[in-house]
Amino acid sequence: MSERVAVRKTYKLFIGGKFPRSESGRSYLVQSANVSLASRKDARDAVVAARAAVKGWAGATAYNRGQILYRVAEMLEGRREQFVALGVPADEVDAAIDRWVWYAGWSDKLPQVYGGANPVAGPYFNLSAPEPTGVVAVVAPEAPALLGLVSVIAPAIVTGNTVVVAASPTQPLASVTLAEVLATSDLPGGVVNVLTGAITETVPTLAAHLDVNAIDLTGVGDASLATELEVRAAENLKRVIRPAPADHDWYADPGLTRMTTLLETKTVWHPKGV
Amino acid sequence: MIFEYAPAPESRSVVDLKPSYGLFVDGEFVDPADGGGFKSVNPASEEVLAEIAEAGSADVDRAVRAARTAYEKVWGPMPGRDRAKYLFRIARIIQERSRELAVLESLDNGKPIRESRDVDLPLVAAHFFYYAGWADKLPYAGFGPNPRPLGVAAQVIPWNFPLLMLAWKIAPALAAGNTVVLKPAETTPLTALLFAEICQQAELPAGVVNIVTGAGDTGRALVEHPGVDKVAFTGSTEVGKAIARSVAGTGKKVTLELGGKAANIVFDDAPVDQAVEGIVNGIFFNQGHVCCAGSRLLVQESVAEQVLESLKRRMALLRVGDPLDKNTDIGAINSAAQLARIRELSAAGEAEGAERWSPPCELPERGFWFAPTIFTGVTQAHRIAREEIFGPVLSVLTFRTPAEAVEKANNTPYGLSAGIWTDKGSRILWMADRLRAGVVWANTFNKFDPTSPFGGYKESGYGREGGRHGLEGYLGV
Repeated sequence: MSERVAVRKTYKLFIGGKFPRSESGRSYLVQSANVSLASRKDARDAVVAARAAVKGWAGATAYNRGQILYRVAEMLEGRREQFVALGVPADEVDAAIDRWVWYAGWSDKLPQVYGGANPVAGPYFNLSAPEPTGVVAVVAPEAPALLGLVSVIAPAIVTGNTVVVAASPTQPLASVTLAEVLATSDLPGGVVNVLTGAITETVPTLAAHLDVNAIDLTGVGDASLATELEVRAAENLKRVIRPAPADHDWYADPGLTRMTTLLETKTVWHPKGV
Repeated sequence: MIFEYAPAPESRSVVDLKPSYGLFVDGEFVDPADGGGFKSVNPASEEVLAEIAEAGSADVDRAVRAARTAYEKVWGPMPGRDRAKYLFRIARIIQERSRELAVLESLDNGKPIRESRDVDLPLVAAHFFYYAGWADKLPYAGFGPNPRPLGVAAQVIPWNFPLLMLAWKIAPALAAGNTVVLKPAETTPLTALLFAEICQQAELPAGVVNIVTGAGDTGRALVEHPGVDKVAFTGSTEVGKAIARSVAGTGKKVTLELGGKAANIVFDDAPVDQAVEGIVNGIFFNQGHVCCAGSRLLVQESVAEQVLESLKRRMALLRVGDPLDKNTDIGAINSAAQLARIRELSAAGEAEGAERWSPPCELPERGFWFAPTIFTGVTQAHRIAREEIFGPVLSVLTFRTPAEAVEKANNTPYGLSAGIWTDKGSRILWMADRLRAGVVWANTFNKFDPTSPFGGYKESGYGREGGRHGLEGYLGV
């Protein structure tokens, strides 16, 4: 009896809830697969998809966003073995699942922890509340491929931002597979968009893009590239998360700053009276 | 029957001006290394008030080193409880000397004494008092159990609220345990220099606060100095972007509070008289030299005529003139350069087809003056609807539906503030949710408080000043 011939998977981009190939028609060989080599045009398309998704996602209730992030954890739990088969250590998959659960809970708590009433010296109602900044470009860390990716996507989207993420160029399979998880988790199309390929090709476009509100340079290892990207980001005063140190502990408590850097505080005043 | 106003000038004898001022470095007034200087003038009379030292890069370096030493040896290790006491002392001295500070502010800046006395100075004292209380409570501020100061803060402030902007910068920085080098604007350095004397009077340890005077080059040398850990800037979006580029690749934490082009939105159910007071306060407060000024009036079409008629009637009652006269509503434009910019943009408004109106208004012969002005028939494409004028000039646009008001209000690269005038609560909250602005004033405008975070969305900058949020920019969390 002949051995069954396996059906291989085509690893593609994730833009606007769909899985297109790069518009450039290019791919590169990595992790024994032909992975899409995203172009600058793909990056711009991804920003358009991310912008289109902002209104619905930012406007969703915090309860709804929390449920969807928790649903991502559920879906990821179900696909645990698939990530292990891609070479992701089992404890890293577990940590990634737990991270989705941790962030899911923040959706309806951060506005209470980070906002609140201000006791102004006068007869006014005065309330500060955080709002998403909008479209965030994210450079995922090179490694750990799954936990690092989840640790940069979840804090950006839990508060209502949408993201265009440049995946680890050397270990992109986990990112495309995570996109499949996201696509089956009730996450609206366009909230997360994943580009695979060379960071030097797509990220300068994202850094200079005037319809991108913030950039997370966590995964940029080259200091001079990081500086160049931050200079580009200044053109429309993007909010910037600077590169993580090489020895960053991805298993540690993430804290709040990844979320709060991508938030705007809005303060509303109204007089009191009869 | 019309009663004429009699002049009611505030005495300037309370201010004891020196002919010249040095830099305040390491607790003492010192001469700049190269002996350079410039003059600060009274914009209402063009009279020279004092000679001011201009700090070069060697002076900036000296100030940063003094701040570093003070941070490492004195202020950093000091218990928060004691830092608090120094800040409380400063708050008290400001209250005690508030008349002197208010008169000096009006002399140097041109703003009406009624505003410097009743708005700026009370807020300055309140700011120090508020942040003083945080100095020994930082672990409770909600930024984690171990908030740490950053080190030396480089702070560059504008000329529109000289002492208030100094308070917004210095109070949270010191409360959080940082030391500072602050550069006041070149046209309004005097109250910062008097503040330096107040630091001496409070016996604040040397080097904790350093004041370097000068123009753009001094500011650049300070912001780009490798020895600073934090940059806080309030000013134009153009300079803010240059600062964002200059700190790229460094570890400096940055707070930017930049320009604005706020929409002040008046619905058909708003009480007209209150709305008109809000419109006037929104654009003519401080001669319109306010980054969050309500410089675009969006009025619902059905009431536009009525609102404009009432606004014009109210504008005709505004008194323009001597900033030290307690009856004055609108003082002097801060500088010849700013006056030229206001004139240039107003001329562009006319050239692009908007209709210009000012009440009959006699302006003093000497000094820098601009009559309160409104433009009607303004479209979103006009420069006066897009660019920050930073003067007493209002652009009036109309809208029909709430959705259109939101679209027009958000149609700007800025996002600092916005105003809403309506009687309907649910509409206020619906609008407030959709306006992309850091501060939304509903049925009020231009209200400030030390407990209330202030700062912008988009190209109005990032970070917040004021309130608990204002500490975050000065802490490693």
